[in-house]
Amino acid sequence: MARMKFLCDAERCIECNGCVTACKNENEVPWGVNRRRVVTVNDGVIGAEKSISVACMHCSDAPCMAVCPVDCFYRTGDGVVLHDKDLCIGCGYCFYACPFGAPQFPQAGAFGLRGKMDKCTFCAGGPETDRSDAEFKKYGRNRLAEGKLPACAEMCSTKALLGGDGDVVADIYRERVLRRGKGSEVWGWGTAYGPGKPGAQPPQGAKS
Amino acid sequence: MRRLVVAIVCVGLAALAGCMEMEQSATPSKQGKYQGKPDADPWTSEPLAMGPKWKKDDRASWEEQIKKRQLGQHEDRRIYQ
Repeated sequence: MARMKFLCDAERCIECNGCVTACKNENEVPWGVNRRRVVTVNDGVIGAEKSISVACMHCSDAPCMAVCPVDCFYRTGDGVVLHDKDLCIGCGYCFYACPFGAPQFPQAGAFGLRGKMDKCTFCAGGPETDRSDAEFKKYGRNRLAEGKLPACAEMCSTKALLGGDGDVVADIYRERVLRRGKGSEVWGWGTAYGPGKPGAQPPQGAKS
Repeated sequence: MRRLVVAIVCVGLAALAGCMEMEQSATPSKQGKYQGKPDADPWTSEPLAMGPKWKKDDRASWEEQIKKRQLGQHEDRRIYQ
C-alpha cells in the first residue's frame, strides 16, 4: 500500500527554485502564498552551504490535524494530508503547530485579515469532484488522479526532490547514497535506517 | 396620516426583526474526527486519454504505474544500466 512522501537531498539541491515555480504554476497559487519554498543554511560559506526544498511533509501523525478546532483535516488512502476549505476558519493554529511552516494564509482583506488556510496537497486536490473546476479553483490540480506525481518532484532538474511512494523514495535514496558513498549524514537517516552495523555509531557530524 | 403611521410601524417591525436571535443548535460532532466532505481516491478516476494508464477502481494497477513513473526520478539506474 503506497504512502506518499517527499524527500529532499541536500547534497543535490542547487537552490534553483524550480520546484517553487512548478508548484505555483501548476496549482495557480495566489500571490503571497508559497506552498513550497527553498531554505538555505550557511548561505555563502564555501563547502558548507546546503539547501533543501520544504513544503507539507504529509506527516503520519500530523500536528495540524491534531490541533484543528473544526477538524477540517483528513488523510487520504495513500497517506496525503488534505483539508476542507469550506470548513476551515483560518484560525492559524495549524501554522503554529506545523514544524515545517507549511500552512499558508492568503490575505483576505485589509489589516492583514487572514483567509482560509492553503498548503501543499501533494498535487492531490481536495474534497471536491476529482479534476473538476471547483477542485482546481480551491485546491489546485489533482495530478494523482491523472496518474502523475507532484509537479515539484517531477520538475526537479537535479532530482534532489523525490516524491511518491515512501518505499520507492527510500530505495532510490539508499542506492544513491551507496553509489556516491556520501549523504548518510542526511537529516533523519539514522532515524530511518539506524546506525548501520549493530552497535556502530552514526558518522561524525551527523544530524540524524 | 394613518397610512404614514402604518408605514412607520411596519418599517419599525421590520427593523426589529433584524435583531431577532437566530436559532442556535449544537451540531452533533465527534471530536477529533474529520467533519468535512468526503473525497474520492485517485484510482477511482478514469485515466486521461493521453495520460498514464491504469484500470479504473483498481488500486493495485494505479500504484503500479505510479511506482513505475517514480523510477523516472532515479537517474542512477537510467545512466548506469
